[in-house]
Order: sequence, then structure tokens, then C-alpha cells
Amino acid sequence: MFQPIEARSRPVVRARGLYKHYGEQSVVQGIDLEINAGECVGLLGPNGAGKTTTLRMFLGLTPPTAGSLDVLGYAIPQRARQMRARAGVVPQQDNLDPDFTVRENLFVYGRYYGLPGVELARRIPPLLAFAALEAKAEAPIATLSGGMRRRLSIARALINAPELLFLDEPTTGLDPQARHLIWQRLRSLRSEGKTLLLTTHYMEEAQRLCDRVVILDQGRILDVGSPGELITRHIEPHVVEVSGDGVKQWLRDKGQAHVRRAELVGETAFCYLNNVGDLLQQLRTQDELTYLHRPANLEDVFLKLTGRDLRD
Amino acid sequence: MNWSPPGINLRWLPVWSRNLLVWRKLAVASLVGNFGDPFLYLLGIGYGLGGLIGSVEGMPYLMFFASGLVCSSAMNTATFEGLYSAFTRMNAQRTWEGMLAAPLLVDDIVLGELVWAATKSVISSATILLVAAAFGVVEGWEAVAVVPILFLIGLCFGAMALLVSILSPSYDFFLYYFTLIVTPMFLFSGVFFPVTSLPVGAQWLVWGLPLSHAITLVRPLMTGQPASAIWLHFAVLGLYVLLFFYLTVVFARRKMIK
Repeated sequence: MFQPIEARSRPVVRARGLYKHYGEQSVVQGIDLEINAGECVGLLGPNGAGKTTTLRMFLGLTPPTAGSLDVLGYAIPQRARQMRARAGVVPQQDNLDPDFTVRENLFVYGRYYGLPGVELARRIPPLLAFAALEAKAEAPIATLSGGMRRRLSIARALINAPELLFLDEPTTGLDPQARHLIWQRLRSLRSEGKTLLLTTHYMEEAQRLCDRVVILDQGRILDVGSPGELITRHIEPHVVEVSGDGVKQWLRDKGQAHVRRAELVGETAFCYLNNVGDLLQQLRTQDELTYLHRPANLEDVFLKLTGRDLRD
Repeated sequence: MNWSPPGINLRWLPVWSRNLLVWRKLAVASLVGNFGDPFLYLLGIGYGLGGLIGSVEGMPYLMFFASGLVCSSAMNTATFEGLYSAFTRMNAQRTWEGMLAAPLLVDDIVLGELVWAATKSVISSATILLVAAAFGVVEGWEAVAVVPILFLIGLCFGAMALLVSILSPSYDFFLYYFTLIVTPMFLFSGVFFPVTSLPVGAQWLVWGLPLSHAITLVRPLMTGQPASAIWLHFAVLGLYVLLFFYLTVVFARRKMIK
């Protein structure tokens, strides 16, 4: 059957050949990406990979040097303002209004969307409940913990009932309790059908939340796929981390024969294998070495693709 | 650089009302500040020094000085708001960044900040006007017409201060603006003595800056003396507003959208 154009699901974000240069420096170098409605997509990359710049381009706050971009059907940056009326943004660094209470923050922010007071009075209570901040409604921002602030930032980004939510490192700097609560909230937004685009450098976060992960480094996309796909594409199913004093020699003389691929980082050998039986048997005889056998994860993919060098 | 003219619409209103809401929380402290300094000037210089001077341009010195002080108070309030307060919202507090994630443009934010700076300068300078009336140095009800002029003065100095704020890397930079522009204007534009007592060359400099024009518009309304060349003075203030608002928008876009 031939479908009319309107009926085909149109990608929420469609980026073609995006580039961003600042003078000599290239921050984003040819990004092609489509995000579909209802997807949760994670942009993963080391510091300076271009995650935040890419997000700013999507919001129309950084005009691309080259390439074409539309978000929610609006050409960006030309019609970014109209697009932002239907999107929400949770910034990397909180920019809550310190002069106001929790409730006032939601109220004042809602007015930037042109929402009338009556409508805001209706929308704010469920958002306070969503953010688990009902008891703090009249508290000034300075009295909130990091987790509370982040929850308020998310609630604030929902004031206009957006279809698309941009989250820049939503859980950076939070303790595990606070992080788990945020994850739970983000999952509930996803199940409501909202499209989520988040940047993170926590692999665990990406693995738990994202339908698809985009691995970015030096302004380029290295690979895209579901966490499971990326792991099977790049990493053997088993990882054994071996450490101890004689690990280098052990790897050369004994370990190497049993593994498909190994990497020596300091005093630890990362061994990647399809079949783990022989290696474990060998390791049981090595008293001076300790080892950990675990399934391959997204962090292995990430480190394989972006390398182990420090980025500061 | 995006040199296109600023878009004008009503989206500045929530930006303005955000600032008004914050001000309302601290209104008492803010009013005491707005009003305290000029009140002391009025007492110390108007009464104290005025007693020695007697009359200037055919009016008691206190009357002469009060009309100048209303204008310089409008200038100071808009200047402080455009410099320190706007700089804080733009940088430390990231308030502008938050606004830009909503469907607002840099143009809307700048206009909201500008109208707010002018509003605040009307609040503070109108307070001085009332105090001056209580001192008995306001001639008649024509002085009510000063209020919209104070708004225009607020727009003028607010726009200049916002541009400085946007171009400044830190708060320290503001000192240049005070020392080179604001303080000389305050001292030589006719607040304390008539511009005509300056050497001719200096008079031309003073007429190139906006405060002297503001005072020339306000003084006759407060003192009941005849006014002259009204439209010229309005035109100078208006030109300052338009030019600096435009430049502020252009440089704010460059700062925020990159």
C-alpha cells in the first residue's frame, strides 16, 4: 500500500551532515542522525566529544557551520523558537532561579511559554508530585539538595507538556539514590511516549535507559545501535579482568593462548573471550592473581571505540 | 554577526515580570536603597551647600539641585540594574540560558531587561520627586509629566549599561564605565551647577552625552521655568535608546548564540 506522506512516521530529529567549527577548531564533524518518536536516545562520548554542542545545535542555540537539521518538523535554527515551544530542556548545570521558591520557579518558567496563570496553577501540582517535591513547594532553591534540584529541573522542563525532552547529563554529580529516582522518572516519561535525547558519560545510565546509543568522539559518530547490538558487534560476550603482580608475564606465557583478545592496562589484564571455561580453569591454578568474570558491557564498547587515553 | 533589527513583540513581558516578582520580594530594602542616597544628597548638598550658594538661575539652589538629582537617580538606578543585576542573571545565575531553552529569543530577553531597568528607574526617581515635593521645591502639578520622561531616561541609561554588561568579562570592568562615563556625566551635566559655567569645549562634550538633555527636559517641569528646544532633547535621548538597544541586541546574540 502506498501511504500518504503525512501518515508515515516522520523522524523527530533529522540531522544531515552537521558541522560546527570555531575558527580553526572543529567541534562537530559530520553528524548524521535520525531519532524517531518515542525513542530514548543517548549521546555517549568522552569530554569534548561534541555532545553538548550537538544538543545546542538541536535547540537552535548554536548555528551549525554546515549541514541541515530539522527537529519536530521545524527547520533549525530558523524556526527553533517554535520548536522549543514543544520541547523541554534539562541543562547540564542547573539554572533554576535562586530568587524564587520551588513553586515560583515552575510558575515563572511556565510564563516564558506564554501559559496563563490559571493553566499553570492546574499544571504545577502534578509536576511537584512527579518530582517528589510537594513538601518542598515553598522552599527556596538554596535549601534543595542536588537530587532535588535536578528533579525540579526535569519538572520545569515538563511545564509545557513537551513531546521531546533534551537532557544534558541528567545524573552527573548525584548520589546513587538520587540517580535511581531520576532513572525511574525518565523511564516513566518514556513509557508515556515522550521522545528523550540525553547525553551522558555513564555507561550504566545509557545501558539502562536508552533504546539506542550514539557513540561520539571528536565530533564524529563512531557507531549507533541498541546497547545489546553495540556489545555484540564490538565485544566478545565474556570479559575476565585479571590483576596481580605477575599479570604481564602470566598473560604472555599462559593467558594469551586462551583468549581471543586481551588488553593490558597497568596491573590489570582485560581478557575478551567467546568461551570462558579454559581460561577460568587456568586462572584457578594461579594463586597470586585475582580475577573477575563478567559479561561484556557498554563501557567495554566505549573504551574500545574511543580508547583509554585521558581527555581533559 | 547577526545585524538584523530586533524583533519587537510582547514576549518581553514574562522576562520583565520575572524581574518585577523578584523585586517585590525585596521591595522595602530596594526602596530604602533607591531613596536613601539621593535623600542624603538632597539634605547635605541641597540644604547644606545650598545655604551658602543662595540661588542659581533665578531659583533656590535646593530646587535647582533637586531637579537634577531626580534625573541622576534615574540614571543610576538604570545603570546599576543594567550592569550588576543583568550581568548576574546573564552569567552567574544563568537565568538567560534558562529563558533561551523556552520559546524566547535573545531579542525578547534584552527588551524585557531594558524595560525592567527603565521601570525600576522610574520607581526610584519618582520617589525622589515625591521627597522633593515634600521639601517644597516642586513648583506645580506639571511635575507629573516628569514621570514618562523618567521612563525614557531609564531606557536610555539601561540600554547603555546593558551593552557594557554584555561586553564585560567581569564585574571589575564596570569601573571603567563608571569612571569614564557615569561619574563625569553626574558631575558636569547640570546636576550640581549649570552646564553654562563650563568652558565652551567642555560644554560640547557634555551635550554629547544624554544626562544633560534629560535634565534640560525635567528641570523646567519641576521648577516652573520656561522650556526650550524640547524636541531636540527628546530626539537625543530617543537616539541613544534606539542605538544602544540595537547594539545590545546584536552583541547579546553574539554572546548567547554561538
